[in-house]
Amino acid sequence: MKKLILSIFIMGSFGFYVLSQSQSNSLTNFVAPEPVVVSKKNVYTSPTLNKQTKMQSQMQTSAPGRVSMMNGIYNNGTYTGSVADAYYGNVQVEVVITNNRISDVIFLDHPQDRSTSRRINSYAMPLLTQEAIQAQSANVNGVSGASDTSAAFKQSLTKALAQARA
Amino acid sequence: MKETRIIMGMPVVVEIIDDTVSQKALDEVFDYFTLIDERFSTYKTTSEITLWNEGKIIDAQLSDDTKKVLELSLETKEQTDGFFDIFFNGKCDPSGLVKGFAIHNAADILRKNGFKNFYVEIGGDIEVEGRNDKNEKWSIGIRNPFNREEIIKVVYLSGCGIATSGTSIRGSHIYNPKMKKPAEEIVSLTVIGPNIYEADRFATAAFAMGEKGIEFIEGLPGFEGYMISHEGLATYTSGFKEYTYA
Repeated sequence: MKKLILSIFIMGSFGFYVLSQSQSNSLTNFVAPEPVVVSKKNVYTSPTLNKQTKMQSQMQTSAPGRVSMMNGIYNNGTYTGSVADAYYGNVQVEVVITNNRISDVIFLDHPQDRSTSRRINSYAMPLLTQEAIQAQSANVNGVSGASDTSAAFKQSLTKALAQARA
Repeated sequence: MKETRIIMGMPVVVEIIDDTVSQKALDEVFDYFTLIDERFSTYKTTSEITLWNEGKIIDAQLSDDTKKVLELSLETKEQTDGFFDIFFNGKCDPSGLVKGFAIHNAADILRKNGFKNFYVEIGGDIEVEGRNDKNEKWSIGIRNPFNREEIIKVVYLSGCGIATSGTSIRGSHIYNPKMKKPAEEIVSLTVIGPNIYEADRFATAAFAMGEKGIEFIEGLPGFEGYMISHEGLATYTSGFKEYTYA
């Protein structure tokens, strides 16, 4: 009888070990080679945060003056976002502003408050990636963008066509 | 051979690389776009869609093209959980679907005529086939929604459609039908799909979903997306990067 209890205990321990190993594996799997997994924002706040999975993204900062609209929008510094409820658990990011631009997004919190969410993460975490937009210089065959049918566009077009006819 | 004309108030570009190209082949495509404009323009008082909206013609009098577009719109509404809806304030505006529909049909006209390397664009929505004049994949820039003179990404495509929905030029022109207000947090969403009809309708619907739109695209097999928020941050789907290699 003692042997039976002991063997059940050993099997149970082994099972627990395997389970915990697989869970920690899923955590390391989550650290994808790409910059940062994206989150939802501003859903609710939670006081308990665990920062052990903090990781740095590899976003490039844009060359000075290239993406002009990003100038002057932000004040320099590091800002922490609220904890957000992604459907797989909680996430939180920190944004670094350098030269009034987003230079970095750091992933602070990985969902750990629900025992089920870790396993779900190993396959259900959306593989979305984030980066700051950056002007490119390239000759391209075409450009995809929202439709040009504004009054300003039409006005400009009309003038251009008038010149073309002159 | 490449030609640009202004139809539907937008630049329409057709480029055919194949040696067998002729002016007649280009004209056939532009004539088709003119016909589509006559039928579907909500700006034209005599278009089929305007007459139908005003009750001047009944369902039975609609052309097959228009019936098809209405049918596809209903199908898309269902597939996007109601986020794609061509009816707003009781009026039908199928322009979120017509552009992609027209470009794809035009591409089919070119295919039927034996062309294998071409580019068809209406106002930033594009379908490409085969290779460009340098025998490479077609290179397409994604426009910076904050500065229309710039591009912020280049993708290399063949046998694909690429469409961008956004607020960059027209203001918030896409409404979230569920919230009864313009979709705001996201300024631009580009979708690459197997053809422009599919890419365009899903770009329109996903854009209306706000920041959840990119997840919707991630969940669609065969589609990739690049979304830009009002803060200038881009979010892209797991397979998008494949398109950034020449």
